[in-house]
Amino acid sequence: MTAFLSVEGAAKRFAPVLTFGDKVATWLGAQKPPRTVHAVDGVDLFVERGAVLGLVGESGSGKSTLGRMVAGIHVPTEGSIRLEGMPVMSPGNRPRKITTRVQMVFQDPFASLDPRMRIADTLAEGPIAHGLTTRREAMAYARKWLETVGLDPDYATRFPHQFSGGQRQRVAIARALAMQPDLLVCDEPVASLDVSIQAQIINLLMRLRRELNLTLLFISHDLSVVRHLCDRVAIMYLGRIVEEGPTPEVYETPRHPYTRALLESVPRLEIDDDVDVVFRPIEGELPSPQNPPAGCHFNARCPLVFDRCRIERPLLNEVGNGRLAACHLASPDQAGPNLAIKPISG
Amino acid sequence: MTAALLEVRGLKTHFPTSSGIARAVDGVSFTLERGEVLGLVGESGSGKSVTGFSLIGLVDEPGRIVDGEIRFEGRDLVGQPTKELRRIRGRDIAMVFQDPMMTLNPVLSIATQMHLALEAHEKIGKEEARQRSIEALARVGIPSPEGRIDSFPHQFSGGMRQRVAIAIALLHRPKLIIADEPTTALDVSIQAQILAEMKALVKEFGMAMIWISHDLATVSSIADRIAVMYAGRIVEAGPVGQVLRSPRHPYTQGLLDSLPTRTSPGEELAQIPGTTPSLINLPSGCAFAPRCARANAECAVIPEEVYEDARRFRCHHPLPERSTP
Amino acid sequence: MNLSASPFGRFVAEFTRNKTATVAAIVVLVIALLAILAPLVAQQDPYDLASLVLRDARRPPGYVGTSGIVHLLGTDSQGRDLLSAILYGLRISLQMGLLAGAIAFTIGAVVGCSAAYRGGRFEAVMMRIIDLQLSFPAILLAFVIAALLGQGTWQLIMALVFAQYAYFARTAHGAASAERHKDYVEAALSTPLSAGRVVLRHILPNSLPPLIVVATVQVASAISLEATLSFLGVGLPPTEPSLGMLISNGFQYLLSGRYWISMYPGVALIILIVSINLVGDQIRDQLNPRLKR
Repeated sequence: MTAFLSVEGAAKRFAPVLTFGDKVATWLGAQKPPRTVHAVDGVDLFVERGAVLGLVGESGSGKSTLGRMVAGIHVPTEGSIRLEGMPVMSPGNRPRKITTRVQMVFQDPFASLDPRMRIADTLAEGPIAHGLTTRREAMAYARKWLETVGLDPDYATRFPHQFSGGQRQRVAIARALAMQPDLLVCDEPVASLDVSIQAQIINLLMRLRRELNLTLLFISHDLSVVRHLCDRVAIMYLGRIVEEGPTPEVYETPRHPYTRALLESVPRLEIDDDVDVVFRPIEGELPSPQNPPAGCHFNARCPLVFDRCRIERPLLNEVGNGRLAACHLASPDQAGPNLAIKPISG
Repeated sequence: MTAALLEVRGLKTHFPTSSGIARAVDGVSFTLERGEVLGLVGESGSGKSVTGFSLIGLVDEPGRIVDGEIRFEGRDLVGQPTKELRRIRGRDIAMVFQDPMMTLNPVLSIATQMHLALEAHEKIGKEEARQRSIEALARVGIPSPEGRIDSFPHQFSGGMRQRVAIAIALLHRPKLIIADEPTTALDVSIQAQILAEMKALVKEFGMAMIWISHDLATVSSIADRIAVMYAGRIVEAGPVGQVLRSPRHPYTQGLLDSLPTRTSPGEELAQIPGTTPSLINLPSGCAFAPRCARANAECAVIPEEVYEDARRFRCHHPLPERSTP
Repeated sequence: MNLSASPFGRFVAEFTRNKTATVAAIVVLVIALLAILAPLVAQQDPYDLASLVLRDARRPPGYVGTSGIVHLLGTDSQGRDLLSAILYGLRISLQMGLLAGAIAFTIGAVVGCSAAYRGGRFEAVMMRIIDLQLSFPAILLAFVIAALLGQGTWQLIMALVFAQYAYFARTAHGAASAERHKDYVEAALSTPLSAGRVVLRHILPNSLPPLIVVATVQVASAISLEATLSFLGVGLPPTEPSLGMLISNGFQYLLSGRYWISMYPGVALIILIVSINLVGDQIRDQLNPRLKR
C-alpha cells in the first residue's frame, strides 16, 4: 500500500552563494568554514488520505522548509516527495511544480496576499490558469469560495488592506481551496492571529477538512493547537523527525526525550492560586544548524545521553502501536514510557 | 500607611491620526504593591503595550498622555520633565521588550553597553562595572559570562539576547520591571527558561513586575494578579486564579473558551464572533457589546467598575461567580 | 465601485494634501496640454517659412509684428514668434523625454525583474554590465552614442535610452529582489503559475513604486539631456527644433543684449523640469514606507 503523501529521504541544504571575492579568497588559500545549512536532513514521512498530520518543532527544526518542499516551493536537494506516487516537482535541471493537488496557506496573511490585486483576481488567477474556471465565470467562482470560508461574497471586489488579519487568513485559505487541492499545507496559519481569531480559523479548518475531505499537513510550534486539530503528530528537531505517532499517545507517553522535554516546557493555564508553578525547561540551547552535533542531534541537551548517542544517528524506528521514534533508548520491546529514568532538572 | 509602589488613575493615552483620535489607552486605573507581579493581558490593539510605554514616558509621537496620573512611590510621573523621567527610567523602573534589540546596541560589545548603563545612574569604575556586569549576566543564566561579556549582540542567540536585555534591566535592582511580551518571539523551550528565571529573580530581588502578554497561559504561571484589557480599558482584574477560574466579564470568558486546551480535541472551539473594533471608531458604550452574547440596550452606556473583594470588572451583565472550580 | 478604496484612489487623495506638489502637477499638466495643443494655441506656426518676416527678427518682448501679431516674448533671429516656438519646442522636448523614458523604463524593468527572478549567473552578469554602465556619466554615454549614430530623432532616442535604462534596471532589480521571496510570490509559485506570469503579474506591479519615482526623475533628466545634446549640436536635426536648440540659437545674441531669445526657452525648460521633480519628490515621499507617519 502506498501512502497518500510520501516523503522519502527528503533533504534540503542551503549552500551560500560564493561571490567572486570568496572564490579569489579560497584560491589564495583562505580557510572558510563550511556554511551549508542542513535545514532538512533525511526525512521520511507518510500521510494517509484524509488525515491531519501536525508537524511540530521549534525554530530551526526545518518544519517550514519541509512544508515548502511538499508544497513545491523548495526543490529537495535529495529524496522524493510524491502524491499517490506522482512527483510534486518535474524532473530535470530546473524543476517546476507540476501538480495543483497540493496547495499552501502561509503564516502571515499580511504578506501572503498580493496587495495590488482585488480579492476576486487573487482567488481566480490560479483556477483560470489551470482551467478550473473561465475568465467569464471567475467572479462567480471567487464568490463561491469566499462563501465557503465564511466571508461575505461581496468582499470579492475589495483589496487585501481592507481586511483584518483573521479575514485575510480566510481569503488565503479560499485561494488555496479554489485550486481544489487534495492536500493543504498550512504553515503556522494561526500563529500571527489573536487568540479569539485563532479559534475561528481552527474551527474553519476542521469544518473544511470534513466537508471537502482534505488531507492536512499542519505546521505549528503551538502544541495545544496541534493536539486539538491533528490525528497524528511528527516532532522535528534540527532537520530530523525525532518522533511520530497518533497525537493522544505521543502527548501522553512521549518516547523521545526531546518530545517529553518540549511538552513539559509549555506553560499551562494555572487556575489554582496556591500551587507555585515549577518550570522544567530544556537545558541548553539549540545547536547551530550549520554545525549540528554528530550522532543524535539532541545529544548535547538530552538528560539520558550515553556514548552511542554521540556517534550513531538513531533511525526513526517502529516502537509499537503505529508509533515511530528516533532514539537509541526507545525500542519496541521496551513498552510504555521508559524515559522517566532520570528526572529533568529544573 | 505607606503608599502603593505604583498607582495609576484614569490614564488616557491618545494618538491623533489623519482619520481621527485613536484612544489606545482610555481610562486605565490599577495599583501595584511592592513585590507584586501583575499580568496585563489583551489582544492586539487592546492598549496593553501603550499602557506599559506610558508608565515610563516612552509613548511614540504623536501619541501623548492626555489625562490621568501615574503615582510611583507617591510621586506623579505625568508631566515630569524628560530629564527627571530619564533618571527614574533604568534605575527605579526598567523595561524589557519583545525584541531585545530595542535595548541592545548592535555595534557595541555587551561589556561596553552594561558599563554605559551602570554609568548612567552611578559613579563606577571600569573594573567594578565589569565585575557587576559579569555577576548580572551569571544571574540570568548566561553560561561562562566572563568569556562572553566582550561579545557583540549578534553573536548571541535570540534567547541569550533576551537574557542580556534582562540582565541590563536588572543592573540597578529596579523597584519595578515592565516586561512587554518578553518571551513571545522565543521558542517554547527558551520561553520556559526565561519564565523560570524571571520568576526566580522577581522573588529574589523583591521587585514588582508588570508582565504584558497576549498569552493567558504564561501570565497565569507568573502573575499574582491579572488585568484583562479590551479596546483601551481594563474590563476585568483580580487575583489570577480567581479571574481564570470564574471570569465575570464575558470577554475574559470568551478568551478562555477559545483556548484549544479547554476543549477536547476535535471539538469545535467556542469563538468570539466578529473582530476587535477600530480604536478610532469605538462603540459609544461598552466596546465589547457588538461581540457579546449578553449585551442589550443597557450596554450603550459605558459600564461603571464594579468592585467585589479583590476583584473588579466593568460589565452590566457579569457572569455569575462560580464558587468551586 | 468605490474609488477611494483602490490603491490609486488613496494615492491621489494623499497626493493632493501637499500643496506645492499639487501646483507642480497642475503646471506639468498645463505644459503638457499646451504642448499637445500647440498647433491650436500658438498664434503662429514657427516652421511655416512663408509666415516669417525677416524684418521682425530679434524684436524684444511686446513687439507688434508686421502682420499685427503681438510677440509677447519677442522674436528670434528668423523673426519667429518666440512664444509659439517655445510651445512647439516643448512639444518636441516632452515627446523625446517621454518616449525615451518609456522605452528605458520598459527595458530596464524587464531586465531588472527577470534578473532578480532568475538569479544565478544570469543575474550576476546582467547586473555587472549595468553597474559598469552606471559608472559612466549619462551625458558622456549619450554624447558618444549620439555622435556615433548621427543626427536624427530615433538616433537621439536610442542614445537617451542607452544612457538611462541602467538606472531603471538597477532600481527594478532592487525592488524585485525584495519582492521575490515574499509569501505572495511563493504562493503564486506554489499554485503553480508560470514564471512569466509571476514576474509580470506579481513581481513587476509590486516593484513599480520605486520605478515610478525613478521615472519622473529620468524623464526630467532625459529632457535636459536632450536639450544639452541639441545645444551641443549632436542632438536633433534643425527640422525638429526642441527647447535645447532654441536656447542654442539664441546663445550668440545673449551678450548683445537680446537676452530673450535664449532666456525664455531656458525658463520654460527650468519650469518644466522643476515641476516634474517636485511631483517626483512627493511621489517618492508617499511611496517610501519609512517616511510614512
